[in-house]
This record gives sequence, C-alpha cells and structure tokens, in this order.
Amino acid sequence: MKDIILQLALRSIRIHFLRSVLAALGIVIGVVAISSMGMMGANMTLSVTEELSKMANIVVITAASGSERGPGGFGGGSDEKISEEDFQDIQKIAEKYGLVYVVYRESDRIKVGDREGRSTIYGLDEDVMRRIFTLSDGAFPKSTSSVIVGPTLAGRYDLKVGSRIRIGDEDKGATTTVKVVGILEERGMSNDINSDMAIIGSEKLFTGIYGNEGEYNQVNLILNDINDSQKARTEILEKMNRKKTRVNVQDSSRMLESITSTLGTMTTFVMAIAGISLLVAATSIFNVMMMSVTERVREIGIMRSIGAQKSEIRRMFLYESVVLGLVGAGIGAVLALGIGWVVVLAMVGSTDYFFLPESLVYIPFAMLVGIAVCILSGVYPAWRAADLDPVEALRAE
Amino acid sequence: MPGDSIIELCGVTKIYSLPAGDVVALDRVSLTIENGEFVAIMGPSGSGKTTLLNQLGCLDRPTSGDLFINGRNTREMNDRELTSLRLNTIGYIFQRFNLIPLLSAYENVEFPYLMKHRRPDSSGRVGELLAQVGIDRAMATHKPPELSGGQQQRVAIARALVNYPHILLCDEPTGNLDSVTGQQIMEMLTDLNRKGRTIVIVTHDPGVARYAQRIVTVRDGRVA
Repeated sequence: MKDIILQLALRSIRIHFLRSVLAALGIVIGVVAISSMGMMGANMTLSVTEELSKMANIVVITAASGSERGPGGFGGGSDEKISEEDFQDIQKIAEKYGLVYVVYRESDRIKVGDREGRSTIYGLDEDVMRRIFTLSDGAFPKSTSSVIVGPTLAGRYDLKVGSRIRIGDEDKGATTTVKVVGILEERGMSNDINSDMAIIGSEKLFTGIYGNEGEYNQVNLILNDINDSQKARTEILEKMNRKKTRVNVQDSSRMLESITSTLGTMTTFVMAIAGISLLVAATSIFNVMMMSVTERVREIGIMRSIGAQKSEIRRMFLYESVVLGLVGAGIGAVLALGIGWVVVLAMVGSTDYFFLPESLVYIPFAMLVGIAVCILSGVYPAWRAADLDPVEALRAE
Repeated sequence: MPGDSIIELCGVTKIYSLPAGDVVALDRVSLTIENGEFVAIMGPSGSGKTTLLNQLGCLDRPTSGDLFINGRNTREMNDRELTSLRLNTIGYIFQRFNLIPLLSAYENVEFPYLMKHRRPDSSGRVGELLAQVGIDRAMATHKPPELSGGQQQRVAIARALVNYPHILLCDEPTGNLDSVTGQQIMEMLTDLNRKGRTIVIVTHDPGVARYAQRIVTVRDGRVA
C-alpha cells in the first residue's frame, strides 16, 4: 500500500538532505563507537579466556601466612614458605590428580657482560623441567652451574647458549656465575611459573645460592584431568587446613572468572563512554526534528484541517526520525565492521575472534540502541506537531 | 431541532486570551444554515468572519455555546471525532489554497481519500475530479509551487470534494486570483451548490457574495 505519510516523511528528508545527513552522522558515529568498543571487549575476553584455559590444568598451592590474607597474586606473593613436611602431606593428597612438584623462587640482581638488571630465579627438579618446559634451543641443564632462560630475558640481554650470567649482588660479595645451556619457548603469562623473564636452574643450584633447602615458595599440581580442578582444590584445602590454615590453593578457574568479570566491567564502561556520542547524536536529531516541525507548522495545519488525525501527524515525524535512525545505524554497522576490525587489531593484537557471534553481536546491539535513541529524540517533536492547534498552525507563514 | 438544518450555531462565543487581554472574536452568534443553501458571510476585516468559518469547520471549539452539524452537538465530540467530521462531512477551500507542497497535485487530491479509505483510489475518483476542475494528467504530476494560483485553487476544490462532503466551506476562495479566474471558480462553486452541496463562503467582495442565496453580515463578532 502506498503510505502517503511515509512518503511525506521521506520527501521531507530528501529536501533537507544535508541537514538530515549531518543528523544521521551522529548516529553513525555513535553506532560505530559503541559496537567497536563492545567488540574490542568481547575479543579481549575471548582471547584472554583462551590464553588462560591453556593453563587451566594448573593448581598452585602456597603457604598461608600467619595473618589472614587473601589468595596471593599470580605465582604467589607470600613470603611464607611451604615446609618439606607440608609438601609431603600435599603430595599424599594430590598425587592421584597429577604431577606434584615444588618450586623455589627468588628475585635477584643479575649481570650479563656489563649490563645489570633483575630477574626471577627458579629452582626446579630436573625431571619436572623436562615435563613442563619446551626448549627452542640448547638442552636442559645437567650440572649445578648451568641454567635455562626464558625467551624474553634472552632477547633483552642477547643471551645465547653458552652465554654467562652472574647472579647476586656484587656489593654483598656473594655472586654466582652460571652458564646458559638452553633457551625456553615462549610460554606466556601463567599462574604457576612465569618463565619468559626467568632463569631456571636445578634445585641444587638454587639452594647452593640461597640456602633454605626444604622451604618451598610454592607447590604446583599439574592435573591429568582439567575437570578435577575444583575437586583437587577442595580436597587439598580440607585436608591440609583441618587443624589450622596451612595453605592457600589457587586454581585458574577462579582467576579466569575474576579476569573475565573485570574485562566485562571494563567493556561496559567504555561502551557507556561511547554511548555519550549517541547522546550528542540524540540532541542533533532532536534539533533537526524540532526544525522540521517548525518549518512545517503550516503543512501540519493544512493536513489537520482536511481531516488528518493527530496520530497521522505524529507518525509522519516519527517516521522521519526512524528513517534517520535506520540509515545512520545501517551505515554505522557497515563502518563498524571495518573500524571495529582495526580497533580490535590494535588493542587485542589478534582478530581471530572477530567474526564470532559473541563479538559481532555488538553491531546489532549498537544499531538497536542507535535506532531507539532516534525514536526517543523524535517523540517530543512529533507530539508537539500533533498537538498544534490547527487554526494557529494554518495562520503560520 | 429544525428538520433540514445542516449547521446550527446556538449562542456561540469565541474568546481569544491574549497577553493584552481577552479578545471576543465571536459574541453569542446564533445561525442556522439549511441543507443545500449557498450562504455568503460578509463583513469588514477583523469582524470575525474567518473565526466563524473555523467554528463551522470544526477547526476550533467555541468558548461557549453549541454547534450542531447534521444534528450532532460538536461539544460532545472528541478531537478524533471532530477530525473525522472534517474528513467526511466538510470540504475546506482556503484563500491561500493550502496545498501540501511536498505532494503532487494528484497526491494532494488523493490525500483525504487515503486518510479515509486507507488505500489508494482505484475507482478513478481522483482523476475524474481533477479532470472536472480542468487539471489534466500531466499537470496533475506537478507540485503546487509549479502551478498557477488558479490551477492551485482548482486542485484545492478537487481535494475538498474527494470524500463527497455535504458542506463546502470557502474562505475568500477568489481572494488570491485574478477576476477571470475568480469568476470561473465561483461558477464552479455555484454548479456544486446546484448539485445539492451546502456552501458557506466568507468574502468581503460583493461581486462574490452575489452568487449566494443569502448573505450573513458579521460585525464586531456579531451577526447583524
């Protein structure tokens, strides 16, 4: 059916083309901003989730500090150590779930050639090293003076197989020089061992430098079955902490939860900021609609006098704002695909997840918000137009 | 109520509230117009002629008093009912033609038809009316600004007639036209009256008023 009211709305937009385009541009910008921010958040979450699920099989046990203290940060920030006795108990409980091993850890000054810096030094069992690490170059250490290093550290200090590192503070006298025998592959952020920037040697090497034999910084459990994560955690906590709180247990599912929820909050926040641009757009649509009403007062009077109902006048102006919204949101959606892609590439570094529904859903979402904003901005002008007194309106120039 | 009166005003008063004070535009006007009559409302500028016509056309509500159209009291009607009365029973012709500038001549005539029937005219009524008032097909595709005053008024008459109204209200219909065109328009209206339509025309031109069967003179908001 030919809808003459829609025709009138469309023709009005056409004769004020530039003005209408500028008003719709606000919506375009708003839709692009909201959907790119949403997609960025979604892609970040997806990427972090996947990164973290790679290490979902790791449960980290650290000593509970004397005072009540929440679960330590990644890799444990507690100074408290796990005793050999506790470790034995943990092993008894946890060995059915997978590999249990101890970690010595210390942060210390290092010197390569004449360059100085800091690094984390880990002491691990040699068999464990072989099981959890992959080398990109060289071999695993066989003596107490050889180490393997993380790729980031190697890059920073130009370390190659055969390079020498001096560990310890010269001013305090005690230094040890070790030889690099292997370079690790990049492993990324993890909650058990952050190896990329670390020097890893045998337990003997570590206790040789720092002493403290039998006092471990953390105990790691590598699960055979990821689904045991909660069960293992509960069992360790229950049995170890029966009399007094001896250990804290972190499994990555909780960390994943907290990171995902933080990212979610952040995404909502940046989207809200992007939403401000829609507010500006709403003002400009409102302005254009009010102008349109003012210019067409006489036309409204004519239509009313020859028998057009108020609802028809309202419809005419609402159509106008809806068309502006649809066009703006449509163009915005197309641009959002391109601009969103660039934003995601720049902020997340990978567009692997860009075309997943979780990410793309932000485009229709932003479109809906944009169209809703347009309709809302058109409501008052439309209502004003419909409520004009026909006699007054006819008198207008 | 008299048997054949189509319009009846009983003590209609219209007061405009302006910042400078109230203006009484119509003062207890009582007037009866019979079905099929041709009435001219005359009077000097500012006497309340147009206000009176707007009352008859249900564009405006009286401050007090009653207006009956076809025996129904308009005071008891809501805006929706009044609008549909304007759509179905009353045809309005204005001095300034008042065509919708965004619509072609054809669409202007079709507009009230669409408002009433909610579908395009398939009976050929619109084209027929345009032909009757002397607007050919080619001209009917033009927008109002591309038409002469006379042509626009013809389109406006066709528009006023499209829903078969009983009453035609004309506000200075020849006021913006040259005398020859004005005469043609008046003959058209006379012809419509002869076919049974009630016509009320507001004018200050005695030459126009002479087409009417009855002249009502308004002075200072009162019917003399």
